Amino acid sequence: MTLGFYPGCSLKGSSREYAESVLAVAKAFDIQIQEIKDWNCCGATAAHSLNRELSLALPARVLSLAEKQGLTEIVVPCAACYGRLSSTQYELAKNPELKARVAEINGIEYNGTTTILNVIQMLDKYVTPKLEGRVVKPFEHKVACYYGCYLVRPHEVLNFDRVEEPQSMDSLMTKVGATPIDWAFKTECCGASLSISRTSSVGKLSGKIVGDAFDRGAEAIIVACPMCQSNLDMRRKEINEYLGKKIDIPVLYVTQALGLAIGLDRKSLGLQRHFVKVTV
Amino acid sequence: MSSDPHHSVISGLGGEIQEHTEVKVSHCYQCGKCSAGCPLSDEMDYPPSLIMRMLQTGNPELEEKVLRSFSIWVCLTCEMCYARCPMSIDIPKMMDYLREKAIKEKKTNPKAKQIISFHKSFLDSVRYTGKMYEVGFYADYKTRTLKILDDMMLVPPMMKRGKLRIIPEMIKDRSGIASIFRKTSKKK
Amino acid sequence: MAKIGVFICHCGENISATVDCAKVAEVVGKYDGVAISVDYKYMCSDPGQTLIKKAIVEKGLTGVVVASCSPRMHEPTFRKACAEAGLNPYMCEMANLREHCSWVHEKSEATTQKAIDLVRTIVEKVKHNQSLNAIKVPVTKTALVIGGGIAGIQASLDIANSGHKVILIEKDPSIGGHMSQLSETFPTLDCSQCILTPRMVEVAQHPNIALYTYAELESIDGFIGNFKVKIRKKAKSVDEKICTGCGLCTTKCPNKKIPSEFNEGLGNRTAIYVPFPQAVPNKPVIDKTLCTYYTKGKCKICEKFCPTHAIKFDQEDEIIEVPVGAIVLATGFTVKKTNFFPEYGYGKHPDIVTGLQFERLASASGPTLGEIRRPSDGKIPETIVFVACAGSRDEAKGIPYCSKICCMYTAKHAMLYQHKVHGGKSYVFYMDIRAGGKNYDEFVRRAIEEDGVNYIRGRVSRVYEKNGKLIVKGADTLLGATPVEIEADMVVLATAGVANEGAEELAQKLHVSYDPYHFFAEAHPKLKPVETNTAGIFLAGACQAPRDIPESVAMASGAAAKVAGLFSQDELTREPLIAVVNRQAPPVFSSCVGCFLCMSACPYHAIEKEEIKNRQGEVIKTVAKVNPGLCQGCGTCVAFCRTKSIDIQGYTHEEVYSEVMALLNDY
Repeated sequence: MTLGFYPGCSLKGSSREYAESVLAVAKAFDIQIQEIKDWNCCGATAAHSLNRELSLALPARVLSLAEKQGLTEIVVPCAACYGRLSSTQYELAKNPELKARVAEINGIEYNGTTTILNVIQMLDKYVTPKLEGRVVKPFEHKVACYYGCYLVRPHEVLNFDRVEEPQSMDSLMTKVGATPIDWAFKTECCGASLSISRTSSVGKLSGKIVGDAFDRGAEAIIVACPMCQSNLDMRRKEINEYLGKKIDIPVLYVTQALGLAIGLDRKSLGLQRHFVKVTV
Repeated sequence: MSSDPHHSVISGLGGEIQEHTEVKVSHCYQCGKCSAGCPLSDEMDYPPSLIMRMLQTGNPELEEKVLRSFSIWVCLTCEMCYARCPMSIDIPKMMDYLREKAIKEKKTNPKAKQIISFHKSFLDSVRYTGKMYEVGFYADYKTRTLKILDDMMLVPPMMKRGKLRIIPEMIKDRSGIASIFRKTSKKK
Repeated sequence: MAKIGVFICHCGENISATVDCAKVAEVVGKYDGVAISVDYKYMCSDPGQTLIKKAIVEKGLTGVVVASCSPRMHEPTFRKACAEAGLNPYMCEMANLREHCSWVHEKSEATTQKAIDLVRTIVEKVKHNQSLNAIKVPVTKTALVIGGGIAGIQASLDIANSGHKVILIEKDPSIGGHMSQLSETFPTLDCSQCILTPRMVEVAQHPNIALYTYAELESIDGFIGNFKVKIRKKAKSVDEKICTGCGLCTTKCPNKKIPSEFNEGLGNRTAIYVPFPQAVPNKPVIDKTLCTYYTKGKCKICEKFCPTHAIKFDQEDEIIEVPVGAIVLATGFTVKKTNFFPEYGYGKHPDIVTGLQFERLASASGPTLGEIRRPSDGKIPETIVFVACAGSRDEAKGIPYCSKICCMYTAKHAMLYQHKVHGGKSYVFYMDIRAGGKNYDEFVRRAIEEDGVNYIRGRVSRVYEKNGKLIVKGADTLLGATPVEIEADMVVLATAGVANEGAEELAQKLHVSYDPYHFFAEAHPKLKPVETNTAGIFLAGACQAPRDIPESVAMASGAAAKVAGLFSQDELTREPLIAVVNRQAPPVFSSCVGCFLCMSACPYHAIEKEEIKNRQGEVIKTVAKVNPGLCQGCGTCVAFCRTKSIDIQGYTHEEVYSEVMALLNDY
């Protein structure tokens, strides 16, 4: 079966190492993966903040394309896109009038039958069953698994893991030899889209996250969202300013950590693209 | 008017919110759990539970303050409030409604200029290329906000790491996207 | 030939303001079978009732219709009046001209016509009424009290002191319930055990009370006044008659690390144990699920050491069967544990405790001998945070109701903390203060004004641990919802009061209604708080809803009074408005064909099978029979019966049909 792939804007631009690592891992496990043709931006925070109909139409178009292209299951590594697509599917399923309106706006048929997976669900389904014997370089580090907001909230829409102290990424990391730590900021927001428009807030919020992970002895922070990675990594200068000290722990995508554990080449996982040097 | 047994008649902006989003401001009993858990409540002029109270009063002056607040723009829509609210009030959905209304009625808080410009530039980029073209979007944002020098230091390292795509990847169905934007345009 | 007397009431102006009563009396007076038709200002008054009685005697009335208010108001009044005048009370019916007519319409001809129609229908019904006599069932004057907490203890003592026998069963090894776990009680700060243990001893010594602990209800059969109850006395593995309560076995048992239920997991007990020093009876039991001998076949050290050889490993559960006349349910409640709260750490932090656990810490006989200490490291907390409304008033968590007692016990806990830890800082995060009892609000004010407890209005969003401290994130909603963060050494959650596990099963065994939260349902929320919808079963205490000690005691005494009232007669009188399966002469015996659809329909399990036998004792047919003690006259069986063999006395097919036809036909 071919797994559809919706990279979203970040994975094609400033977070391309995430896409690289996802595809590298898929290749290593012989997962047939296919990018949705001519996909559009999901609208992210901007659309739902300014225009409700647009915020439903854009993600619906992506799902309609997946349906048209025969991709019944798609993986959406960006947690924000995952949240937008899932919320749209949930709302349109609840409200037939809205569903009809969106189909009319888009001019494409929409059935809402696509299964939307986040990156952890994809790994749990297609990779962990085949991990036996593949872990050649166990990721023997203490890691802080950071879930952020959109992997687990709102629970009634996503129905994934649990809202407080989620465990899915932690158990995945355990399987590749890591020691996930118990820490207090697993699902506290990193500052999201305020990265550019209000960087000081991101410095504070991401600073609290990095600070707590560091205080509890984490050697790396593992994430599954390009926005989170960017805030925790690219904005490290603002974080260090907020904390009043310099913290060097790197921020890796879960697919990069897994890739390292199964012996994939560092360059193929895009580790050189990070701002904070990945020393693990 | 729904036949929901919880339905109560709330006038003004609260009633409007109920009609369009199904969020019932009368359900809030001011426990403050949302404000306590909100990551940026200390940067807001009115924390979320206070916004709920202002809407409950039906007082037009307070409703005006809500629309003109900074809170609705600095809210991250992180959904933490909704996850913890004992009455399951969908505050993020309400925030989205208030944002759209504030823009429509030109009542946006001046402190939110950069945040709103960010969103507008973002959507402009999507309209023209179908995806978020980072360089183009950024240039547009700088023009709107005149914050030319901010983050310029990031450009070289981003380029060095191959994270900045100079040439946009355009969607093929540009007219399809343009049509979506046209049909959902608020200028009717 | 029917001779019905019709009496139209003005009800002051309640009816006459919209209905022309004189006209109604005039029109109805012309109907067939109506011997007298008058109107009067207040039929329920003395002169009004005399009017009816005189008419019965002088006119030889065969039936009476009083057209006035709702029968729920005055049916017993008028029926009694008729009985006193010599007319069978069930020949008296009421037409509701008030709630069904004058109170819901404007004054008009149509309203008066409706009143006439209403009276006509009842007149036609009464023409078909039959004389009925109240039913009598015998009463066993023994009460079963299920649950040995303060409510069960109080009910048992009250019933026993009124001269009747009581069987008190308690599923734990000792009576006392949650009250025995408390340190001090509000609003007096009385030592809980000190006021409770004398009552516990009284129960154990009372000649009218048979106390079975470590016992549960196995099954129940029968009906009010005549229940047959099976009680399972769980094997204690100790012969209570020989055991002297010396306690040596509990000191010798090697299995010492079992979390103590009485101490809410904060301390340990042994496998053979007495739950607490003041336990009644003060005899140990062996926990078969964890005892080394029962689980692995080794040990038996207690048996070796027992000076009176009271340990009996071969002891089995014993089922005893007793007849009882009434049952009092006093099974109490429990509180949610800390693992119920995802945002407070799923129960993994030992220093986040429930209110009940705090009681054990504050209690002089508790695991810390009354000193407030952190369960993690035994240190005394310098800063303590109390979180009220933890789980209660929370629709998202499925508990929308208020647990009533937490505001009071939180204030109490904060006060106890301030008394025991001088210089300690306490905070209470609250939503509202519910202190509605006598001296309750003054008690809470004392905590704030005299003991220096800091009250902050706002719910706590999250508690997490960092560097040995608990970070509490709340908000002060009275200060514009500003976030408040406190680094605490200990956090006490006032967790929601909920029904006990097993409450649903027990209710189903007893056929008692319960609400969505598994609290037992009272018969009427206002006027029948201690009765259930099942005749003969009463409620006392927190099994009906979370409540404090004074209310539980009051309720227990109320239930006891109901039981004593029930037992004050040798026979029970019940209204005869119940279902009856017809009986006819042989060879038919009954039109009932024995399909027993009625039996499956009856919500009160009031229908039995009856074998009709011939003189040789052979069974001719098996038909349905209604138990007159259990039937509540709901009529469900009548609707189910395909052969119209079952009817409700007082609302027979004929009577109801005649009402309907009278309504449809204009005279």
